[in-house]
Amino acid sequence: MSRLKGALVQTWPRIAIIAVIVAIWAAVYATGYWDTIQLPSPTSVWDALWSHLDGRDGLLALAYRSLLRLFVSLAVSIAVGTGIGLAMAASKVVQRSVGSLMVGLQALPSISWLPLAILWFGMSAKAILFVVVVGAVPAVAVATASSVRLVPPALVRAGRTLGASGLELYGKVVLPAAVPGYIAGLQQAWAIAWRALMAAELFVTGARGLGHFVAQAGEAFDTPLVLATMIVIMLCGIGVDLLFTLVDRRVRRRRGLLVPS
Amino acid sequence: MSSSPVLRVVTETAPVSPKLTLRGVSKGYVQSSGERVEAVANVSLDIAPGEFVCLIGPSGCGKSTLLNMIAGLDRPDAGEVLMDGAPVTGPGPDRAVLFQEPALFPWMSVVENVGFALGFVGTPKRERRERAMFWLEKVHLSAFANAQPHELSPGMRQRAALARSLVCQPEVLLADEPFGALDAQSREVLQHELQSVWLETRNTFVFVTHNVREAVFLADRVVLMSARPGSFLAEHRISSPRPRAFEDVLLSKVVVDVHDSLLKEVEKVVEAEGSARSDLA
Repeated sequence: MSRLKGALVQTWPRIAIIAVIVAIWAAVYATGYWDTIQLPSPTSVWDALWSHLDGRDGLLALAYRSLLRLFVSLAVSIAVGTGIGLAMAASKVVQRSVGSLMVGLQALPSISWLPLAILWFGMSAKAILFVVVVGAVPAVAVATASSVRLVPPALVRAGRTLGASGLELYGKVVLPAAVPGYIAGLQQAWAIAWRALMAAELFVTGARGLGHFVAQAGEAFDTPLVLATMIVIMLCGIGVDLLFTLVDRRVRRRRGLLVPS
Repeated sequence: MSSSPVLRVVTETAPVSPKLTLRGVSKGYVQSSGERVEAVANVSLDIAPGEFVCLIGPSGCGKSTLLNMIAGLDRPDAGEVLMDGAPVTGPGPDRAVLFQEPALFPWMSVVENVGFALGFVGTPKRERRERAMFWLEKVHLSAFANAQPHELSPGMRQRAALARSLVCQPEVLLADEPFGALDAQSREVLQHELQSVWLETRNTFVFVTHNVREAVFLADRVVLMSARPGSFLAEHRISSPRPRAFEDVLLSKVVVDVHDSLLKEVEKVVEAEGSARSDLA
């Protein structure tokens, strides 16, 4: 019973915000100020969503393709970025050289790599993956390095006096202690990767995905379908975020870092 | 009749090689302002095996610096720190350290924390838990073996940290104001616990505090340090038999003595700060 009540308490604000937005949207649509191509009605978007949901080129299949691309590129970015980040945390020289390069790359919108990526890899999924990885690697690297640097010195000191040194100190004290900060960093990295992926898919015609679908629908002036696809992109994002949030909460609860609400 | 004092002189001068030796140790730091501060100046001290020494002095007198150097976390700028006659080059399992913050690892259960050090001395996994449980029982925490550190009270955390530092059976226990952040009751419980651990192990304990009562209650010898740069001013030997109680009348007399000399040192610090302030004005 209390569990049901808890779920209700958590859910009603989410439903309320959707209801408010749809209500405003319907009201503005009803004034007739914009024509239906500029601002389609909520019901037409709803219809577009349902009619394009399944099938080989349906929204679900496209969402699956895009999410798969996200997870592949995220896995590569995490592997590469974590390695670079650990090296940055371990060595001042690496921090000053590679570290500043990473900060510089972070300031660059990853979509600006697309022209070069297309020249190197053609109008293909490879070009998209490159753009996503080149955007996410610096985020992962910087987050890894800062999470290691923010490990409480008291824990490291305790580890040293208890006999840990060198790589063992790193593996058994520093890295486990850095995990909460690292997860928070990954939460930023996936969002960067997801946005880069959608943007790259918009431009690259050789690979189907949600982003490409938005572009196609836009060219056909099918604005209900544009909005329907945007909603699917948002829902995918909320889903992935939920995954990371669950891991994050688990780690924090175990360590007593979760403020009970 | 006359033979007994002679005998006593002989036993007292019998050469016992010290467990720990500080010889002309100095250490300074460069502050973030770029100013260099001398924390400890030319300190020499011998600590006998099995002796319980308390270092006491005004805050900022370099007590912790000294302890860190014995722990091997810090190197002296001049002089040397010896253990059993050999120079200390880094931290080691023979010297356990208890800090003011328990610094338990939050990703491990209490029993995993206590057994942590055994992983570095090649103790098999199964035995690790047994030995950790043994020490948890000593500090009366066995009921909380599988709890996470954040589920314990501050006093319990510090007891777990004590068990963790003792698990490798170190010859020396170094403690840096370990009970300083605790409430009065937990503090008293821990002081008694530490006394019983010392009585049982008879290891060499070096304990930094600025609580005079605590120092006198625990120590064989209270060493008073001067204001910065820290050096040794005076020492009080406390021969009261153990186990001691806080109500011990003999102890309260020593507390008053030590307190008086400490107060004089603190006043010096205040005066120095005052004159420094008037210099600035």
